[in-house]
Amino acid sequence: MSKAYLSIQQVDKTFTRGSASTNVLKSISLDVDKGEYISIIGHSGCGKSTLLNIVAGLTDATTGVVFLEGEVVDQPGPDRAVVFQNHSLLPWLTVYENVALAVDKVFRKTRSKAERHEWTMRNLELVHMGHAKDKRPAEISGGMKQRVGIARALAMEPKVLLLDEPFGALDALTRAHLQDQVMQIHQTLGNTVLMITHDVDEAVLLSDRIVMLTNGPSARIGEVLDVPLARPRRRLDLVTDPTYLRCRSAVLKFLYERNRFVEAA
Amino acid sequence: MSKTALKTTEAAPVAAGAGRAAVVAFPLPRPTLAETLAPKLRSVATAVVPPAIVLGLMLLVWEMLCSSPGASLPPPSQVVTDTWELIANPFYDAGGIDKGLGWHLLASLQRVALGYAFAVVFGVGLGVLVGQSQWAMRGLDPIFQVLRTVPPLAWLPLSLAAFRDGQPSAIFVIFITSVWPIIINTAVGIRNIPDDYRNVARVLRLNGFEYFHRIMIPAAAPYIFTGLRIGIGLSWLAIVAAEMLIGGVGIGFFIWDAWNSSMMSDIILALVYVGITGFLLDRIVALIANSITRGTAKS
Ligand SMILES: Nc1ncnc2c1ncn2[C@@H]1O[C@H](COP(=O)(O)OP(=O)(O)OP(=O)(O)O)[C@@H](O)[C@H]1O
Ligand SMILES: [Mg+2]
Repeated sequence: MSKAYLSIQQVDKTFTRGSASTNVLKSISLDVDKGEYISIIGHSGCGKSTLLNIVAGLTDATTGVVFLEGEVVDQPGPDRAVVFQNHSLLPWLTVYENVALAVDKVFRKTRSKAERHEWTMRNLELVHMGHAKDKRPAEISGGMKQRVGIARALAMEPKVLLLDEPFGALDALTRAHLQDQVMQIHQTLGNTVLMITHDVDEAVLLSDRIVMLTNGPSARIGEVLDVPLARPRRRLDLVTDPTYLRCRSAVLKFLYERNRFVEAA
Repeated sequence: MSKTALKTTEAAPVAAGAGRAAVVAFPLPRPTLAETLAPKLRSVATAVVPPAIVLGLMLLVWEMLCSSPGASLPPPSQVVTDTWELIANPFYDAGGIDKGLGWHLLASLQRVALGYAFAVVFGVGLGVLVGQSQWAMRGLDPIFQVLRTVPPLAWLPLSLAAFRDGQPSAIFVIFITSVWPIIINTAVGIRNIPDDYRNVARVLRLNGFEYFHRIMIPAAAPYIFTGLRIGIGLSWLAIVAAEMLIGGVGIGFFIWDAWNSSMMSDIILALVYVGITGFLLDRIVALIANSITRGTAKS
């Protein structure tokens, strides 16, 4: 057993339907330190969400194990909060109630009602959504929904924050704004983060390490790239930073030269 | 920066639009009563005028067709004069089954309320069970699909034999008629809860009860209410038919009784009342559904 905070060991995943079976992930091993920000990048359909769901405990690995602080992950739980690819707020609850549902469940025994209310509001403020607390998900924009999803996940005080393309469906401006917010939150709270992304710039800007998956089926970890950029990082300063440019082109090379996207038959 | 640029370009044509635009920008003169009422009146008018015209035309055609001396059905004018006593005194009570139409309707509504209430409780409960479990679905769904096609009245002899009394039999017929769409729609609603919501519940480790009332019921509510609406419609259809056979006080038997004494006008009036009541029942369930599921529309 490894000493890492979060340890993914020899994870394989094969989906079986009837007699047909597809091997999606092949021998994935990864050690993550506390407070690290890891990005997982790879072409569409290679198995990124599957890997994240295995860490979350929502999907069982076919073989292999995931350890968090030395304990085997075998079911989902609030210590591994997920921001889902499509936000998945509950549409019949208001913004406030969506976050409060999580807060009330996780801290019911340890905090008073007033404390829980205060904590819910604090997390909404953290993503600048306090003003819309009484709106329903249908009444707010995509970027706002994503922010509420992030607030809900942060409010659980998870050991590991799992982000599945959290900025995927957003326009460039909103995306940049949210990236800055997440960077700031990571800076102040020191969360351990696993983030899936399609976006090379996003990966380099936010991560300490970038995990690149090869094309499926049987996706493996093709390469792990260190991003030795000092924090706090400022997007405008980085545009001309040689280290940034080197990392960026390393990822691009991996994605577009060595693992060009092949449409599965 | 780009935002300001956008704004100026947008503003330009407005400024060029001269006087009128300027007036809009300043505090408006308070709208007069006529001005505030006009749009509301207009929307009421668009809802009421077309059906009123069609109804008027239909009554006119009916009047003309049935005015000849040999006509087998009375024209509308004749219906109103014949039944004026009934229209004017909906709640008279001369003992036995000689009561006003209001009493008959209430008696029918009471049966529907009881039978439907059982159907809601039982139907939603069983629907949740069937929707939750793959095995219950496989085992029960085909049976439900067969049973739901049995016409309401076909259950009546069986229930009369079982209960040996008209009143519980009628309630049972209501129940058995309206329960199937409630079960089936609830089950479909539960099965269609998106995996995302289930995953949220799993990450939060909601327990069975929390999952039931925080996720399952609200997520399935639109489907459940579809079932409830179909159910109330079928209940009302069934009660009129069932009451014709069981007798006693009730709008169904009133119609049958009127037929036996050849009072066509009474029948026509009762049919109008039945239609309006059925319509109102449907609207009430729809209103409740709307107010409860407002936030549930997919976002
Ligand atoms: N429940 C399932 N049953 C069968 N196959 C599945 C299942 N879930 C995912 N797969 C398959 O596993 C592969 C990886 O899916 P996954 O959702 O992890 O991809 P992804 O990398 O997240 O893609 P994207 O970037 O488009 O979100 C896909 O080929 C998909 O068809
Ligand atoms: Mg995915």
